[in-house]
Amino acid sequence: MAKTHVTTTLNGETTEFLCEPGDTLLQVLRNELGMTGTKEGCGSGDCGACSVTLNGRLVCSCLVLAVEAEGADIGTIEGVGGTDDLSVIQQKFLEHAALQCGICTPGLIIATQTLLEENPDPTEEQARYYLAGNLCRCTGYDKIIRAVLDAAATMRGAA
Amino acid sequence: MVSVVYEAPESIQDAVSLLADPQTVSKAMAGGTDLIVQMNQMKSVDEERVVVDLKKIPGMLAVSLSDDELSLGPSVPCAQFTAMADVNAVYPGLIEAAYLIGSTQVQNRASVGGNLCNASPAADSIPVLIVNGAQCVIAGPSGERTVAAEDFVTGVGENCMAKGELLVRITIARPQQKTADAYLRFTPRTEMDIAVAGAGVCVTLDDGGTCTAARVAIGAVAPTALLVPEAGAALVGSKLDDDALEAAADAARAASRPITDRRGTADYRKQVVGVLVKRAARIAGERAGSRG
Repeated sequence: MAKTHVTTTLNGETTEFLCEPGDTLLQVLRNELGMTGTKEGCGSGDCGACSVTLNGRLVCSCLVLAVEAEGADIGTIEGVGGTDDLSVIQQKFLEHAALQCGICTPGLIIATQTLLEENPDPTEEQARYYLAGNLCRCTGYDKIIRAVLDAAATMRGAA
Repeated sequence: MVSVVYEAPESIQDAVSLLADPQTVSKAMAGGTDLIVQMNQMKSVDEERVVVDLKKIPGMLAVSLSDDELSLGPSVPCAQFTAMADVNAVYPGLIEAAYLIGSTQVQNRASVGGNLCNASPAADSIPVLIVNGAQCVIAGPSGERTVAAEDFVTGVGENCMAKGELLVRITIARPQQKTADAYLRFTPRTEMDIAVAGAGVCVTLDDGGTCTAARVAIGAVAPTALLVPEAGAALVGSKLDDDALEAAADAARAASRPITDRRGTADYRKQVVGVLVKRAARIAGERAGSRG
């Protein structure tokens, strides 16, 4: 079957790829585009490890068809910050040791970013509910939530 | 995954033509949060599915609340819908149910219309659509028809639509004065779980606080969500006192036909659904009483 040509905006840059119509956005990010920062956990929308933004909204990339990216604006962890220029959220995750194995971390960073865009001053309960779709099997969440709330306070102070 | 052919029509007419093609097996897709998982579970790559993405059709993503009715496009993401303060002010139970469907990530894709069409016995939106008297407008090769929400789902994962038909709109008439809805479900976890039992209630009160009309629907305790007229009748004429609530709960338990699975036994579900009916009726009554 002929592959489909898709033109999308990925982390601010125009990007083209070929995909099968049944490929998920997650598969294309990792396998076609080599952007392996986005992780596959469950593949069924339950764990949030594959979280990306689609036109600014937080979604599971395993539940988006890659062809749906046509004309859309996609944001992944690769667009957040690198080793030399960590975002505030990434820095706070490090400071609070809010990760162990790291598989859930890219998804949590992306989800925290949209949370704080939508609500710069979340209560602990609001943060916990918002992030309930991001499963972490290592940390028990307390350190993650502390990192999120600290990042929120820091970003409010910087704004 | 099965072999997929992707189509994104820009009109209802084109979508109907694609869905009606007798040569293909087709699936309408709104947010895809159920459909993509279901296709992933089908291992045969020899099978083909034509996926008809509905999100390029303007009306499917439109939602409006007028003086007469709520008109909800079936592909409107739950996150967009639940953020509408005007809808929440009129149908708080409907918003409660839509808010319970999945995580933040899923909320940004999943829709009330998709939740209805997917026809899970535990679907959160369906009991509260039923008690609000929601009407499902279906387009097909021979035009439009309208089906009441309680008649839309016909079995586990099955709905009333024939090949070529498509849900294009859900409408709910503005409630009468002193009328309000509520939805409650029980899950073992506080978030990210599927209902063990659910109950939607909509009540109308008179100025003295006596219930003059009531609709009760229960979810996850039968192959489909059930409208329970006997439970509504048990509330009418009462001031939603304990005896009336208990009678409504008993009627809901009698109508339920739950299964036993790892989330709960049949007996447990029967017990819980009655409790949820009582509590939801009390909340709906308080809301109705505080309205002009």
